[in-house]
Amino acid sequence: MSETVAIIGGGQAAAQAIASLRQQGFDGGIVLVSGEAELPYQRPPLSKAFLAGELERARLLIKPAEFYKQAEVDARLGVRATGLDVAQRQLQLDDGQSLSYDHLVFATGGRPRPLQCPGADHPALHYLRTLADVDAIRERFRPDARMVVIGGGYIGLEVTAIAVKHGLQVTVIEAAPIVLGRVTCPEVAKFYTALHREAGVDIQCDTCVDRIEDEAGVAVVVTTSGERFPADLIIAGIGLLPNVELAESAGLDCDNGIVVDEYCRASVSGADVPGIYSIGDCANHPSAIYQTRLRLESVHNAIEQGKTVAATICGKLKAYDQVPWFWSDQYDIKLQTVGISRGYDAIAVRGDPESKSFAVFYFREKRLIAVDAINRPAEFILARQLIPRQVEISPQRLSDDTISVKELAA
Amino acid sequence: MAKIIYVAFDGVSRDIEVENGTNLMDGAVDNMVPGIDGDCGGACACATCHVHVDPSWVNKLPPMEELEDTMLGLVDSRDEYSRLSCQLKASPELEGLIVNTPHGQH
Repeated sequence: MSETVAIIGGGQAAAQAIASLRQQGFDGGIVLVSGEAELPYQRPPLSKAFLAGELERARLLIKPAEFYKQAEVDARLGVRATGLDVAQRQLQLDDGQSLSYDHLVFATGGRPRPLQCPGADHPALHYLRTLADVDAIRERFRPDARMVVIGGGYIGLEVTAIAVKHGLQVTVIEAAPIVLGRVTCPEVAKFYTALHREAGVDIQCDTCVDRIEDEAGVAVVVTTSGERFPADLIIAGIGLLPNVELAESAGLDCDNGIVVDEYCRASVSGADVPGIYSIGDCANHPSAIYQTRLRLESVHNAIEQGKTVAATICGKLKAYDQVPWFWSDQYDIKLQTVGISRGYDAIAVRGDPESKSFAVFYFREKRLIAVDAINRPAEFILARQLIPRQVEISPQRLSDDTISVKELAA
Repeated sequence: MAKIIYVAFDGVSRDIEVENGTNLMDGAVDNMVPGIDGDCGGACACATCHVHVDPSWVNKLPPMEELEDTMLGLVDSRDEYSRLSCQLKASPELEGLIVNTPHGQH
């Protein structure tokens, strides 16, 4: 009898798992259970070209509808899984149906971390994760509107760049002393702060949102330092919470995400639980290169884990050992990051930030662990080649812009 | 509209009408042409939409920008006919263009 794979969650990882399962010859049933109304779509453009109105809705789909038909995927859209019986291998769905599986893939992603302050239920406050979120934002996303962005991370700053181009007046409120502080170094943070300020953005660091008030239907964001920012639109981008509730309630090991091994297999109390896996933003996986567990929120990770889980299900175990990479487009600046800079103890800067083209190399115990390449695609490629080698590289050489990238790669 | 002829690694050829202004990576993904991933959605950030343009066409295409040229550095099978299909937009001038898609992307 042929087997059934059930996938919960309909994002990038799910789409890739489906494609890879069929590519690897899996000929059983595939059921996709997604709480969203759409087939899997790309999220990165939501805070970039799609919000800017430069990309049609239909273009967002990762694969066309015909793909799922040909792959014979039973897509249950707008349906959520509410219960899981691990022993019986059965899912309970919120449309009243139950679903038996042989393999179950949690590709449940995450949801925006909610703002916890008085007034956080104000209708002007939005988050940006789904197409439905962008649709809601659109109504208030008008030239001359006052927008307050809470959180100076990638999402917040990307939305800011698009909003500025669209004629909105933007204030960014960041609790930390610098923007992008969780993911980058002060040099890069300084560069992006200057970039946005030049574009007319008011960036307020080192201050928190105390509450959101309402003055005759208009929201006012009040900071802990007492400043007041009237806002027609507020977007909070203060992190992502992995969707682990169902996994947790079924007894799967969870710790900042669903804990999996290098083959994307989940566990119960540290022991294998056959037939259950997790991939993408919700999966906390081991990283051989960084010698630690990681939970990554990126397209590349979602795609590669989708491939890994398909291989695992097809019995062709192939350990996940990717060096992560990310990108962020703001104005005419393309940031490409390779690796995880967390815990770095030294950096080397190559090129002059003033020229809007430079790269920062991050080291830990003399080993290169990450690179931020700003309008420097050659350094991005160099990093993807160098980091997996895990050899010692001289920071002085890397920061010498007269030595070509080709020589550095050798 | 331009008819683009995608030839897969196994020799199977697909004639696909791609709308003017739509890039050839999207044209391939929308029509399930094998061998093209387009992981970054056309941001020229990943180099997973590599194609080999038919030699007779290589000089008729708009020249590469530096970013595309550099990103192709990630591709092992790069040759003088290599392009990133997300950077090629369909136009009447490209009617009949033949591109060869690889077995898979890196």
